[in-house]
Amino acid sequence: MTWTLFGLLVEAALYTVAISAVSIIIGFIIGMGVSAARLSPNRWLAIPARAFVSFFRGVPLLVLLLLIYNLLPVIGVNVPSVVAAVVGLSLCTAAYQAENLRGGFASVPRGLLEAADMAGLTPFQQLVRIRAPIAFRLTLPSLVNEAIMILKASSLVSVVGVIELTRMAQDLNTSLYKPIQLYAAAGLLYFIINRIVALAGAAAERRFTWGRA
Amino acid sequence: MRFDFALVASRLPDIFHALGVTLFMWIVGLIGAVILGFGVAVARRFGPRWLDLALGGYVELFRGTPFLIQLFLLYFGGPYAGLSLDAIPAGLVGLSVYGAAYFSEIFRAGFEAVPAGHVEAGECLGLSQAQIVRRILLPEMTMLVLPAAVNMAIILLKDTAVMSVITVNELTLTISVIGTEFYAFVEAYFLLALFYWGLVEICGWIGRQSEARLSRFRFAAA
Repeated sequence: MTWTLFGLLVEAALYTVAISAVSIIIGFIIGMGVSAARLSPNRWLAIPARAFVSFFRGVPLLVLLLLIYNLLPVIGVNVPSVVAAVVGLSLCTAAYQAENLRGGFASVPRGLLEAADMAGLTPFQQLVRIRAPIAFRLTLPSLVNEAIMILKASSLVSVVGVIELTRMAQDLNTSLYKPIQLYAAAGLLYFIINRIVALAGAAAERRFTWGRA
Repeated sequence: MRFDFALVASRLPDIFHALGVTLFMWIVGLIGAVILGFGVAVARRFGPRWLDLALGGYVELFRGTPFLIQLFLLYFGGPYAGLSLDAIPAGLVGLSVYGAAYFSEIFRAGFEAVPAGHVEAGECLGLSQAQIVRRILLPEMTMLVLPAAVNMAIILLKDTAVMSVITVNELTLTISVIGTEFYAFVEAYFLLALFYWGLVEICGWIGRQSEARLSRFRFAAA
């Protein structure tokens, strides 16, 4: 394992981080919408949202990636495989994040909302100034967990041909036959990234102190 | 675009065989993970400090790296370290060791949730450590850890799909091959997604049923 090789792996690891970060953010936005739909009194919103969560949590990510990767060209969307990968990761994490956010919104103390009613805040103001920030604070630990899950799960996009960390180690191994060194180095990089995310998450939890009801 | 499920359906016997392989890998791997995870949790609680530290390192490493990388190390790296396993044993060992890291944490939390007074009462009665584990900790924590354990079991079920990459002929690999044969990828993967969705929903339902049945044993009040 030379430094040049390790440099290639580090570069690929940054790509892994980029794919995961984009997916987490898109997943968070979709997850917000899905959790809002699930909590809605309108059945035509709540039932599809439940099906969404159930389906994307019930199908292995690998299968989801293979399905999307093969489905997109058939329905006439010709995009690079990394787009299929991000779509798959985003939909998968959206389902999990929707469940977390639903728990967060349900745990906003009722007294705060009653106080907001008394103070004459509109429902929209209540959402933006009270419910969303508190739900975000309450779900921050599970968001960090989810980010770590997605960083690890992103190794599966190697199967649809995205050259991220796992695929880079695989490709290098094909020509070098050093599986132990290459996969151990890749594993170490995943481990370091996840450690950093966990530490950053703990720091963020200490910083965002609102809503500690 | 046209969907032709009949093509895929013509290979139903192969698909059912592969479903059997998936269930076999899952159940054997799950049993291995639960037993190993329980052993790790007990060793960390009652063993010497160096063992707790070493096992803590194992848990962190296996929870911090992707299952796919672990499988690659075992299956492709193993032969270079004198450990040549076929795909199926490698998948079983991989799933057990990977799952055990998570199960040990579930059991550790379960041990901690059992009120200290119950364990102290056992000590006062002169129960041995093994008796305390078997008669107090194990029955009291079973109900407490059941939801997390069912959740983990479902995650492991979905992770068996990853074994297709190291050529275990389970559901995902078999249906991929059928998809290639007929050039019907979308139908094949759609069917595959439905299979897993159904399996996961059934497992979730069984988990909820057993939680409801066992709830009368919830005597370790938090």
